Amino acid sequence: MAATVAGIIFSNLHDNNIPELTRVRTMASVPFGCRYRFIDFALSNMVNSGITNVNVITHNNYHSLMDHVGSGKDWDLARRSGGLKILPPFSTVSSKDSKLFTTRLEALCSISDVIDSMSEELVVMSDCDSICNINLQQMISEHISSGADMTFAVKKVNLTVEKAHCEAIVRTDENDCILEVVDQPENIKGEQDVMINISVVKKEVLSAMVHAARNKHYSSLYTDIINKAVNIKKFRVFRYDGFYADVTSMTDYYECNMSILEKSNRDALFGIKGRPILTKVRNSAPAKYIEGSKVVNSMIADGCIIEGTVENSMLFRGVKVGKGTVVKNCILFQDVYTGNDVFLNCVIADKNVKITDNVMLSGHRTVPFYIEKGRVIKDR
Amino acid sequence: MYEKKECVAMLLAGGQGSRLYTLTENTAKPAVPFGGKYRIIDFPLSNCINSGIDTVGVLTQYQPLELNEYIGNGQPWDLDRNIGGVMVLPPYQGYNGADWYKGTANAIYQNLNFIDRYDPDYVLVLSGDHIYKMNYDEMLDFHKKKNADCTIAVLNVTLEEASRFGIMNTDSDGKIYQFEEKPKQPKSTKASMGIYIFDYKKLRQYLIEDENTPGSSNDFGKNIIPAMLEKEERLFAYPFKGYWKDVGTIDSLWEANMDLLGSEPKFNLHDKERRVYFRTPARTAEYIGNEATVSNSMVTEGCEVYGSVINSVLFSGVYVAPGAVVRDSVIMSDTVIEKDAKVEYSIIDREVTVEEGACVGQPKDEGAGIAVVGMGLTVKKGKKIPGGLMVNAKTLEKLK
Repeated sequence: MAATVAGIIFSNLHDNNIPELTRVRTMASVPFGCRYRFIDFALSNMVNSGITNVNVITHNNYHSLMDHVGSGKDWDLARRSGGLKILPPFSTVSSKDSKLFTTRLEALCSISDVIDSMSEELVVMSDCDSICNINLQQMISEHISSGADMTFAVKKVNLTVEKAHCEAIVRTDENDCILEVVDQPENIKGEQDVMINISVVKKEVLSAMVHAARNKHYSSLYTDIINKAVNIKKFRVFRYDGFYADVTSMTDYYECNMSILEKSNRDALFGIKGRPILTKVRNSAPAKYIEGSKVVNSMIADGCIIEGTVENSMLFRGVKVGKGTVVKNCILFQDVYTGNDVFLNCVIADKNVKITDNVMLSGHRTVPFYIEKGRVIKDR
Repeated sequence: MYEKKECVAMLLAGGQGSRLYTLTENTAKPAVPFGGKYRIIDFPLSNCINSGIDTVGVLTQYQPLELNEYIGNGQPWDLDRNIGGVMVLPPYQGYNGADWYKGTANAIYQNLNFIDRYDPDYVLVLSGDHIYKMNYDEMLDFHKKKNADCTIAVLNVTLEEASRFGIMNTDSDGKIYQFEEKPKQPKSTKASMGIYIFDYKKLRQYLIEDENTPGSSNDFGKNIIPAMLEKEERLFAYPFKGYWKDVGTIDSLWEANMDLLGSEPKFNLHDKERRVYFRTPARTAEYIGNEATVSNSMVTEGCEVYGSVINSVLFSGVYVAPGAVVRDSVIMSDTVIEKDAKVEYSIIDREVTVEEGACVGQPKDEGAGIAVVGMGLTVKKGKKIPGGLMVNAKTLEKLK
């Protein structure tokens, strides 16, 4: 890569999409796919493309995120120069405005000093919940060769009106230059170019944008900056056609996890040569299947001990499934414990949930039953 | 400037492990994979850090590349330290010429300069071919309490087994008065586990004396311990209760893997006390398919199982195709068992392909023994590897 590139990841945007799961954590540290957290995708995409200076902007409940990323060593980001930096909210005693950011642009304004002092020529920005495995190197070289000021990754998605309302839709000319970004459209459906909220920008351009936004109190990157400057600046799209999911609701979250049980999805997200999705290594022993257990169409992480039956489910690390217990269509987070003769269907159990003997719980695919972190459920 | 350390561990990891045949053809025994995601050396290294010992010298000699790479900077075991940490110590060329490590004692002797840097009171000598969890700190307490010059960890074995081990004959206080290597008529059942704590001053003195003794084989069991006994030093046997296995043979390696299975395993890797650390990159959780059967087995992340896996240990990234059967076997990382292939009572090394319909090994109760397939080989379609046979690239070619 000829140009030097820094990374920025937004960890708290969209927390309100799945408030149950983000009550105790950032969107970035929401568990996904048996052993990952959302941020693993953004981090891995950057690291796999040779970006080694990664800044993560946070604003609240970021303990679980800090715990997950640690020094960054699992992504080879524990470095003397560059590496992983967590940027918690910064406010001085004298600052008048101590309100925390709510949008991408406000988040950038809150770290304008960091951006100004970056020595890299380009900046890659990514939301933490863009679940994809994207070749950023290719995106960066297209960005450079096209001479664009800013390039946005888009994916063609077939949308319902409801889903479209949660997205930013991009309209482009025949040269893939952006004409307009429609944020949260009211009445659009069908095949659309959807922003996957990953972009490459010249550092100077980003710096200028952030200063303008600070002066004029802009809050939206798409409507206040991009749409106003489409005729002056060159904004392009990069077409990504791999696996992409973004989670806009609890049902979405459930379906998105379950889609990984499909081999083609699993391969498209995790099986790309040279672009592994990296995550924190926990010291769990391999999963153990006891005689009499039955497991079908499921993903099981290390550290699990299974004595009962597991069907169409995703078990995170260290889950215990007791004797005579049936787990169907469930997502069980790290260290969930189920006793004997438990029956679970369409349940999402958060970390450390304990379900004792003989309990029966069922949700529905469209309304999965969520149990909050650490809850103990007893038969009586 | 080096900080003083109370106890420095020296891990003997240079042996060839020739009784593991093709498994150690290209790698040192301590780097042989074990238990789904570990290497044998993870056990002593994890024991060290779990016992508060943060300075470990690893003495390598035979095929060290993979072992060196695996240990790296010691980060997985929290042994990447500014002062101390893990240090790989290969034989080296000195002012007066160069020497391979002639024996276990000579290996330590050649690295007295390493130990001297930390000015330790005690030196713990370990070997890199045992599977166990042990708190060396408790053993050190015992050593101090007995005011011993050398403490040797012992395991109580049966009388029949005793003639395969080095046996310590002790008085009622645990003081060793006699050491017998593989005695025909054992007087005691206290078998040496190859784990020693020495008073460093004494050890230093005996190593130097031994080096100057012509004809010595420079070995702890054969020379150092007998010499110390002869001079009536205080040697004590520290009784260890718990799981311990020397995995120096194909049979014992297979058994140790099987000892991990079941809801009440002989050796439990799932307890959160005294964890065992390893260097394995994160992989996607394993997928168990619609038609799969997995029973009494261990399966590691990165696996995809569509066939049957019974009484077996699968390492990470193993693929078991539909219709394939794996029984009573140990399958190491990234091996592919294709459609309708059969693996019985075998150990298959890393990155092997067992092609469609091929057979490796024979059912355990037929008594033919364990079949072993070396790293990176392809067992061609329809081919049969009989039980008890160990194949590497050369022998596989000759096989009809």
